[in-house]
Amino acid sequence: MTEPILIMRDLKKYFTVGHTGVIRRKPIDVKAVDGVSLELYAGETFGLVGESGSGKSTIAYMVAGMHRPTSGTIEFRGRDLFEGGGGRPLDLKKEIQIVFQDPGSSLNARRTIAQNLAVPLRIHKPDEDVISATLRLLELVDLPPSYMYRYPNMLSGGEKQIVAIARALATDPSLVILDEPTSALDVSVQGKVINLLMRLQRELNLTYLFITHDLSLMRNIASRVAIMYLGKVCEVAGGAEFFQRPEHPYTQMLLSSIPVISDEEEALKPAKMVPRGEIPSPVNVPPGCSFNTRCPYVFEQCMQADPQMIELHSQHFARCHLLKAEN
Amino acid sequence: MLDGINMVVYPGEKVGLVGETGCGKTTTMKTALNVLPMPPGQIESGQIHFKGQDLLAMNGREISRIRGREVTMIFQDPMAALNPVFTVEEQFSPVIKHAANARLSKKEVRARAIAALEEVALADPERLLKAYPTQLSGGMRQRVCIGMALATTPQLLIADEPGTALDVTIQAQVLRLIHDLVEDLNTSIILITHSLGVVRETVDRVYVMYAGSVVEMAPTPKLFANPLHPYTQGLMESVPRLSGGGVSQGIPGRIPDYMDPPAGCRFHTRCPHVMDICSRQKPPVFRIDGEDGEVDGVHEVTCFLYDGEHGAAATTGEVTT
Repeated sequence: MTEPILIMRDLKKYFTVGHTGVIRRKPIDVKAVDGVSLELYAGETFGLVGESGSGKSTIAYMVAGMHRPTSGTIEFRGRDLFEGGGGRPLDLKKEIQIVFQDPGSSLNARRTIAQNLAVPLRIHKPDEDVISATLRLLELVDLPPSYMYRYPNMLSGGEKQIVAIARALATDPSLVILDEPTSALDVSVQGKVINLLMRLQRELNLTYLFITHDLSLMRNIASRVAIMYLGKVCEVAGGAEFFQRPEHPYTQMLLSSIPVISDEEEALKPAKMVPRGEIPSPVNVPPGCSFNTRCPYVFEQCMQADPQMIELHSQHFARCHLLKAEN
Repeated sequence: MLDGINMVVYPGEKVGLVGETGCGKTTTMKTALNVLPMPPGQIESGQIHFKGQDLLAMNGREISRIRGREVTMIFQDPMAALNPVFTVEEQFSPVIKHAANARLSKKEVRARAIAALEEVALADPERLLKAYPTQLSGGMRQRVCIGMALATTPQLLIADEPGTALDVTIQAQVLRLIHDLVEDLNTSIILITHSLGVVRETVDRVYVMYAGSVVEMAPTPKLFANPLHPYTQGLMESVPRLSGGGVSQGIPGRIPDYMDPPAGCRFHTRCPHVMDICSRQKPPVFRIDGEDGEVDGVHEVTCFLYDGEHGAAATTGEVTT
């Protein structure tokens, strides 16, 4: 691993969803992301995992420039992504691209594939010939040139997502945010898309911020994984380490909930961790550790103080009162 | 769309119906319950027997005596299954009245609804009855639906992707709840899902569907230890493993167009072991393991690869409980 390509520092994003009272009106905030600090290294696949409402997509949207953080900073190669007041400069937009979950809605259904791909090409590469650039993109993702004149609805779900990937690559980015790129696809199709993504990463030296709720998939592709729960990161560790030595109770609960298809995998699940309780509403996050309503090991301190992130052992971080650093 | 589905569910048995998007899992069950809109739906041929009665021969009144009482269903999206403008109680009461098939006082209906909500491990059922579905979380809504479906102590519960719309920790809880309840009530269950993992952890016997037909049927342990049909094998290889080992390429190609399905075996266009006969002739069912009439040993596969080798004859069956 080299130097970090992307650094998030104490990143927060609150959405105001209403107001209390009449006279002393106070905003009611959803703390979608609440103090997240992460680093991404060039060329890695960083997995961001969490259940709905954990804030993983909000982070993606901030990195992509769709939301402005409430506080905290995101630095890309030493440059603050939100410096100044206005929009993001074109040369930064070019470097960071995003692929969304549902290609059916992220591609324009009334435009051909060529027209869909031409949008970023016209903006970011005005001097190049659009047709030849489009053909090169299709070749890059192994789609036949004839697809240029097809409409998205003539393609299967997997092919549509491949077109969406090609569109993200049109600007020659160095960081690609993948927001649940295969969740809308069948498992027999997923493999093709994932393998394409892995090949492109090797060939173009891409960094991926890979967002998913599928831990089994994450195990196979991520170099490092972070688990989020209610706007905060619970645990960060290297891919293999994360699955062999899950430390945070929530990580253990998640792992034990995954339906698996072999005994070998069953053995990896923390057996004693029975999932229980509901995810609290992000409007009303419990005080102290936000996981205290569901944690089987909960004790007094958890109700009062929010635990700090500590490094348990080399490159393995967790945020839990029960855990102590090694040595 | 559906092409010769044979399926049997025995009393108290947990059966899984697994397949990918558009393979006809839900259509099969809707046909079985006679809730498929017709037209455009059309039943060309076949029979559906529930406790020996042919459901397709019944009129609306007769079938409604079974549907909602003896056979109930849970859907994928509990928000779509519940009406957002009525409280839980307003939606629960008709279910209980319909199921009881007798005059009940308001108090009795209420008491039964509360009992049903307690069954599905929901706290404070009295307050819950006054709540609207939007005030509940996804997991709670699905529990309410399960409570409704099981309040009538049905003999068969059809659960259509009951955990898919939920988070993985909530899904695990809901599946365990369904599993425990049907065991207590000795209810049979047909669990429809696209997830092999869910099937493995919940049911006794599995039907694998591809493009409108059943390609393989086996008891759960046998299916996972020894998948026979090339589609089942491909599907299993496609699932990323928690133990690592990379992501496989998946199954090449895409599901066929139902307007113009391929001749012969519908999987032959994507099959790695395709032979000449596959595109010409529809494969019959080959029994690999188990005896006639045996409940939990039979392993059947609809594929020519198993022709001759085992020499088992084709079998026929019908949807029976």
